[in-house]
Amino acid sequence: MTISRREFVVRGTVAGAGMMIGVRLSEPLLQAQENERGPKKPAPNPFDAWIHLKPSGEISLIVAKSEMGQGIRTGLAMILAEEAEVDFNSVSVEQAETRPDIYPHLGTGGSGSTMENFMPLRRAGATVRELMITAAAAKWSVPPAECAAKKATVLHQKSSRKATYGELVEAAAKLPRPDPEKVSLKDDSKFELIGHAVPRVDIPAKVNGSAQFGLDVRVPEMLFAVVARCPTFGGKPAHFEAAKATAVPGVRDVFEIPAMPGDMFTAGGVVVVADSTWTAIKGRDALQITWDHGAAVSESSDGMRAALHEAVQKPGQRLRNDGDVEAVLSNGAKKVEALYELPLQAHATMEPMNITVHARGTEAEVWAPTQSPDWVQRTVAKVLGVKNERVVVHTTLMGGAFGRRYMADFPAEAAQIAKIVGKPVQLVWSRQDDMTHDFYRPAACHHMQGAIDASGRPVAWFHTLASTSIKGYWDPKTPAGNDESGGARQMPYAIPSVRLEYNPAASAVPRAWWRSVEHSFNGFAVESFIDELAAAAGKDPVEFRKMLLVKPPNWKPKDDEDVDPARLRAVLELAAEKSDWAKPLPKGQGRGIASYKSFGSYFAEVAEVTVSGSNFKIDRIVAAVDCGWIVNPESVRSQTEGAIIYGLSAALKNEITINHGAVEQTNFDGYDPIRINEAPTIEVHLTESRDDPGGMGEPALPPIAPAVANAIFAASGQRLRRLPLQLNPVA
Amino acid sequence: MAAIHLLINNRPHEVEIAPDTPLLWVLRDNLNLTGTKYGCGMGVCGACTVHLDGEAVRSCQTAVSSVGTKKITTIEGLSADNSHPVQRAWIAEQVPQCGYCQPGQIMSAAALLAKTPHPADDQIEAAMIGNLCRCGMYQRIRRAIHRASAGTGKGA
Repeated sequence: MTISRREFVVRGTVAGAGMMIGVRLSEPLLQAQENERGPKKPAPNPFDAWIHLKPSGEISLIVAKSEMGQGIRTGLAMILAEEAEVDFNSVSVEQAETRPDIYPHLGTGGSGSTMENFMPLRRAGATVRELMITAAAAKWSVPPAECAAKKATVLHQKSSRKATYGELVEAAAKLPRPDPEKVSLKDDSKFELIGHAVPRVDIPAKVNGSAQFGLDVRVPEMLFAVVARCPTFGGKPAHFEAAKATAVPGVRDVFEIPAMPGDMFTAGGVVVVADSTWTAIKGRDALQITWDHGAAVSESSDGMRAALHEAVQKPGQRLRNDGDVEAVLSNGAKKVEALYELPLQAHATMEPMNITVHARGTEAEVWAPTQSPDWVQRTVAKVLGVKNERVVVHTTLMGGAFGRRYMADFPAEAAQIAKIVGKPVQLVWSRQDDMTHDFYRPAACHHMQGAIDASGRPVAWFHTLASTSIKGYWDPKTPAGNDESGGARQMPYAIPSVRLEYNPAASAVPRAWWRSVEHSFNGFAVESFIDELAAAAGKDPVEFRKMLLVKPPNWKPKDDEDVDPARLRAVLELAAEKSDWAKPLPKGQGRGIASYKSFGSYFAEVAEVTVSGSNFKIDRIVAAVDCGWIVNPESVRSQTEGAIIYGLSAALKNEITINHGAVEQTNFDGYDPIRINEAPTIEVHLTESRDDPGGMGEPALPPIAPAVANAIFAASGQRLRRLPLQLNPVA
Repeated sequence: MAAIHLLINNRPHEVEIAPDTPLLWVLRDNLNLTGTKYGCGMGVCGACTVHLDGEAVRSCQTAVSSVGTKKITTIEGLSADNSHPVQRAWIAEQVPQCGYCQPGQIMSAAALLAKTPHPADDQIEAAMIGNLCRCGMYQRIRRAIHRASAGTGKGA
C-alpha cells in the first residue's frame, strides 16, 4: 500500500484502510553520533515508526530497523502485542521504506534497537488498546472502565458484549489520540510475552533457503560486477589491459572508476561487468593491471606497533584525572606496570559486501543489505546526481553486519557502476575483497601503571591509551580521545588517584566501528590490569573487584555510559557463584573473570581453561547478564553466545596484519574464526530486572578476552598481554 | 560453453555454460537456487555445502562438469516446508541468527546424520568443522544435531 506523507503525518489515517498511529522512538546512540558530525536538522515529522491497524485486526509495525540476526522483528512485535492485547502472531514488523521524510531514524547499530523502542512501543501498544476500549465503550454506551481488552477483542463483562479490534478500528480511527505519555501501561506481572522466550519469526525462512539476503536479489536483466582494487590502501591503477578480460565469454564491459572521497572512502579500481558472478570473477582474474601503490606502501604492522609503543609513553590528551597519580606512583607504594596490545580486526561477515543498483535516468532503485539505508540513499543519489527521494532503497536481510554494513563504500561503488551500465547491476565483493578492504577495528596499545598500598588496596591507576583511532580516519582534525576511551574513562573501581590519557597513532588503514567498538580493546586492558593488581595485592580476583565496586550513597549516573557499581558487582557475584569460583581446580586448570559494562548492559564472564605446555583449551564459559528489562530471553541468550564466540575469535586466533600498505590475510584460511571444535560450552545466567533495557548486540564481547587471559594466568602463572593470546613456547 | 545436464532436487536441468564454472554459481546465477551461499570461494567456510549422491561437498570447489549423473540436493530440496528432522531441530533450538551460513550447516548436518544416525560430539565436530558461523551459534548447532539424532525435533 502506498501512503502519502500527508496521510501519514497530518491525518494519521487512511480511509477504509484501518488506523495509523505514529510512534516517536528514543534517541538512538548512533543517530547521536551522526549528529555530532554536522548541524542537527529539525525532524521532518515527530514520528519515527508507524503502527498500522488493519480492518482484519492484524497489526503492522513499520519501522526502519534492519534484521541482521538479532531478532529485532520478533522483539518489537512482542512489545507491541503485549500492550495492545493482541496475539503475537497477528503483529508483523515490516522494514520501512527508506523515506527520511516519514522515518527519520534509519540506522540499526549501537546495540540500540530494543533500548530505543521499548517504552515508545509499550506506550503505542497501550494507545491501541485504549482507543479500542474507548471505541467499544462509546458503541455500547457504557463506561470504558467496565471494558477490558484481550486477544484483539474488547469485552464488556456485565453485558457479555464483545467486539473485535477489526470491527472497532474505523470508529477508533476517528477518536482523538490519547497522550502517549499518559496512557496506562499494563501491570508487568500480567505480561505473557515480554520476558518470555518467544521463537524468532525470521528463523523458518532461514532453514529452508528461502530467506533473501543481499546477494540473493535477482532482478530481470541484471548484470554482475566485481572491482579490482589496489591492494595498497590509497593506491590506484597506473595502467591496465582489458583485452584478456573482455575476451572471457559473458564479460560485457571493463572500465575504471575513480576513488570516492568524503564519507564514502572507496578505493576505486577496474570494474568488470558480466552476465554472471563467476564470469565477472574470471574476467577480473584476466585483467592485467599495473598499480600506482601510493604513499601508504611503506606502512606495515611492525611500524604501526612501534608507533603505538612510542605513543603510549608520551603524555597525551587527558580524559580523566582524579587525585594525584604522579605523587602516589612516586611515593614508594608497590608499583605494577604492564603493556597491552591489540591488533587490527576485520568484520568478516559471512555474506561479503554486496548491493544491487538500477540507475534509471533521474531515479534509481537499490536493494541493499545495510544497517543504514538512509546513508545508502544519500550516497547513491549523490553519485548519480539525482534527488534523494528519487532513490528507492529496499533493505534486505543481511548475512552478518557487526558494524561493517553501516558503511557507504560499497553503495558508492555500485552507483558509479550502475550509472555506466544502465541495467540493474549487482556489485559482488569476493571474500578477498571483503577481507582486504574492510574498515578495521583500530589497533591499540595500553600502558598501565598502578600502585598498591601496604594493606593491599590499589591507590593509583594510570592508563595511557594509544590507537589508530576511528576519528583519525574519518575526521582527523578532531581529537579522538573521547571516542576511543569509552570504558577506560568509566573505569569503575574505587581507586583514589586515576588518570587516563590518549595519544593517536597515524595509519592509512581504514578504520570504523567493529562489534563493541572501543570497548573491545579498553575492556581487555582494564579487566586484565585490575586482575594484575589483585595478583600483586595477593587477593582473590573476585574479592578484590568486590572490594572496589562500592556504590556511594546517593549515587547517580553522570551520563548513560556511567557504571553503576552495584549492578556490576551483582553480575560479578552471579558469575562467580554459577562458575563455582570458590571450588579449587586441578593443577594446570584455572578460572579467570572479567566484568564490564557497555551499551547499557552489565556482563561478568568466567572462563575455565586447561593449560598444557604451550597450548591451552577453554573448557567452559559462564556468563552473567544484567541487560535491564528483558524482552526476549531467548534472544538475550543467543546474542550473549554469539558475541562471546565473536570475541573469542579475536582473542584467540584472528589478527589483520599490514605489509607494504596492504592487508596480508585474504580469506578464512589466514583469518580463521572460531570453529565448532574450538567453541566452548557457554552457560548464560540472566538477571531479573526492571531497569531500562540495555543493548545486547555488543556488550557480551569486551569481557571475554580478559576473562580468558586471566584464566591462563590462574592456570599457568603466565600473564598474556597481547591479542591474539599465545602462550610462550615451552623451553 | 557446453550443454550440461544436472539432476537437482529430483528435477532435471540443462544449462549452457563454461564447464569449469563452479556448481555454486550455476545454482545461484543460472538456476536461481539462491539458498546455497557464497562465503569464501575456496572451500574453507562451508556456506556453499550441497549433497552429491548424499555426500556433503563444497559447491564452490565443484566444477559443474564434474558432477555427471550424481544427484544434487540443495537446501531447497531438503524440504520446502521445514519438515526434515534437521530443519525441525534447527527451529526447535533456535539456531540461526543472521542465517547466512545455515543452509550449509544444515546440509552438512543432514549428510552426517544420514550416515551416522547417532553421532558423538567428536563425530559432530569432525563433520561440522568446515562450516563457519560468524554469529557463533555452534553450541546450538551441536544441540540441534543431537536433537535431530534423537528424533525429537519439533516443528515451530
